[in-house]
Amino acid sequence: MPDGGNMKTTQMTMIQALRSAMDVMLERDNNVVLFGQDVGYFGGVFRCTEGLQKKYGKSRVFDSPISEGGIIGAAVGMGAYGLRPVVEIQFADYVYPGIDQIVSEAARLRFRSVNDFTCPMTMRMPCGGGIYGGQTHSQSPEAMFTQVCGIRTVMPSNPYDAKGLLIACIENDDPVIFLEPKRLYNGPFDGHHDKPVVPWSKHPKGEVPEGYYTVPLESAAIVRPGSEVTVIAYGTMVYVSQAAAEESGVDAEIIDLRSIWPLDLDTLVESVKKTGRCVIVHEATRTSGFGAELMALVQENCFYHLEAPIERVTGWDTPYPHAQEWDYFPVPARVATALKKTLQG
Amino acid sequence: MTAASPAREPLRLHVPEPTGRPGCETDFSYLHLSAAGSKRKPPINEVPAKTIDLAFALIRVLDDTGQAVGPWDPKVDAAFLKRGMRAMLKTRAFDARMLVAQRQKKTSFYMQCLGEEAIATAHWMALTPGDMCFPTYRQQGLLLANDEVPMVEMMCQLFSNRRDPMKGRQLPVMYSYKKHGFFSVSGNLATQVIQAVGWAMASAIKNDTKVASAWIGDGATAESDFHTALTFAHVYRAPVIINVVNNQWAISTFQAIAGGEGTTFAARGVGCGIASLRVDGNDFLAVYAASKWALERARSNHGPTLIEWVTYRAGAHSTSDDPTKYRPDNDAARFPLGDPVARLKQHMVALGIWSDAEHEALKKQVEGEVAAAQKEAESHGTLADGHVHPASEMFEDVYKDMPAHLKRQRAELGIG
Repeated sequence: MPDGGNMKTTQMTMIQALRSAMDVMLERDNNVVLFGQDVGYFGGVFRCTEGLQKKYGKSRVFDSPISEGGIIGAAVGMGAYGLRPVVEIQFADYVYPGIDQIVSEAARLRFRSVNDFTCPMTMRMPCGGGIYGGQTHSQSPEAMFTQVCGIRTVMPSNPYDAKGLLIACIENDDPVIFLEPKRLYNGPFDGHHDKPVVPWSKHPKGEVPEGYYTVPLESAAIVRPGSEVTVIAYGTMVYVSQAAAEESGVDAEIIDLRSIWPLDLDTLVESVKKTGRCVIVHEATRTSGFGAELMALVQENCFYHLEAPIERVTGWDTPYPHAQEWDYFPVPARVATALKKTLQG
Repeated sequence: MTAASPAREPLRLHVPEPTGRPGCETDFSYLHLSAAGSKRKPPINEVPAKTIDLAFALIRVLDDTGQAVGPWDPKVDAAFLKRGMRAMLKTRAFDARMLVAQRQKKTSFYMQCLGEEAIATAHWMALTPGDMCFPTYRQQGLLLANDEVPMVEMMCQLFSNRRDPMKGRQLPVMYSYKKHGFFSVSGNLATQVIQAVGWAMASAIKNDTKVASAWIGDGATAESDFHTALTFAHVYRAPVIINVVNNQWAISTFQAIAGGEGTTFAARGVGCGIASLRVDGNDFLAVYAASKWALERARSNHGPTLIEWVTYRAGAHSTSDDPTKYRPDNDAARFPLGDPVARLKQHMVALGIWSDAEHEALKKQVEGEVAAAQKEAESHGTLADGHVHPASEMFEDVYKDMPAHLKRQRAELGIG
């Protein structure tokens, strides 16, 4: 069943939805194995794998040494053997020691061996800020992965998509970087850190089917239809953009990319051609951020439909700060300013 | 804190140097050899820490007179020895022809394994079908020892022609033969070692019987992937053999620059809780016996083994390298462990199962096979005549299914 339409649903946080996705896949396919730092007995520092070792045994869900290169390199070998490893990198900020295994190995194994060897594998990693994590627990490294030919980069923004996309990624035969915006683990966060936290139980996308379903890759979602300007966002910025549209009164059409690369270009192009305006929002640093590629794609495909320069709202080109977090994090006011600016153009 | 001593000499940086450079002879006493037959053969369930003596010694079977001596003598029969000799001579003949082909610009690049032939060929003879090697670029002996691997196809890869199974995507020598237990050669160093450990873990997860065999040179052991692999192999008691081919040279850097000075590469394994052996890599029988021991240990759930194979890179690093610029010209001839082909021949002659005439006849026979294979491979084209796979091939297999952006880019190149 491609979507969970008629299935029994239950309220889940994004953590529970991710756990449910892994539970479903461990049950369905005995080639699926999970490992990473703290994921076994303890169930992960964010508890995404809690209870899974007990349910599926230590040879399928286990702890690994603190070595991202080792975790990813071992997963490449397991994938080549015929397993479907799902590994957790404790924070996306920690992935850098494993980059060679991603860029030169996992991403190219199919190509360089002409399909003789492949390594289907999903690399889960919490990303993004908003949790006072400082410069080593807040980064959004997605743009770096989009430049690597042969891997997919995916980022869900709600529990329903998180489960459906993670199942689709585990079943996909390409290596996938699965970025989890950690500020969304427990609720949709709109950038107003001084307001009470809203739980997923108060959001329609917290209603998640209990069994197997998928959300297709390379498929964006229009989360708010609108006519005046297209906002392209993903992860936490989907909610920041929604808040900005409501607070500014701008009738923005907000697109959640979901699959960052390869992406659903048609949905973007169709929307921008309709609105004639475009604002791109991401948490990551600006220069050579994924927004730069999105601007180029919009320009290449929609230039004669544009009524105003494309705007982007991003994190600043600085290391992610600790005490100054809310001056760094793109908040609704900054997005609202961009929305109004593009309408004046 | 305490006051500094006024008489102390200033600190000095130590940068290791080989004893030999162009114009002066190498003092090979740094190798610390052991006499053939003098080292014990432990049970396959030996506690890793107790292999420390073998990590600093040198396991040898063939002595200077060609006799097989001591507990590691695998006691193989004449037919086995003849197959081993054939595998080594075939590998040497293949390398010689392909070096010439590179000079003739039929291939862009080649890497020979001259002087190291015993290691890959004898190791392959110890493996069981289904085992998987994760090689570097110098383990062609794992393929050439196997007569089921067509030399024509290997040469088509080297010539990047229309029959190149890698479709022109990979540098020459970066073969991939899953069905023959040979993992795709990356070209990056050390990355395959942790992958081999992962593959071995998968074999254990699936309660399989297969063993992984990882390969790395002395130089690349400095990469973090090597140390990561040792940790994972030990932690999960993975059924893997980690082969460190210490051929003394990593392009122009001597093995001491990789950390071999005053210690051994085998010792790295013991420190990580892995049974470790240091073995004469130019001794066909020692290679076979040590490989068998490690394979049996892995297959019996006793865990990984690190084997340092001591040998000498008799040729250049690659066809792009000139070793006369950094090491003595006659090192290979003076290397105390000799030449693996000559040593096995001496043994076979001493046993009365081999003669100069038979040796020359076998050499001629394998040279003929290699020449015939080359003729056939060249009939499918070479890099020199541009008879290569079409440009459209580079867009295939990037992903399992080609995404829209690659279709657009392919069209931009003018391919529908």
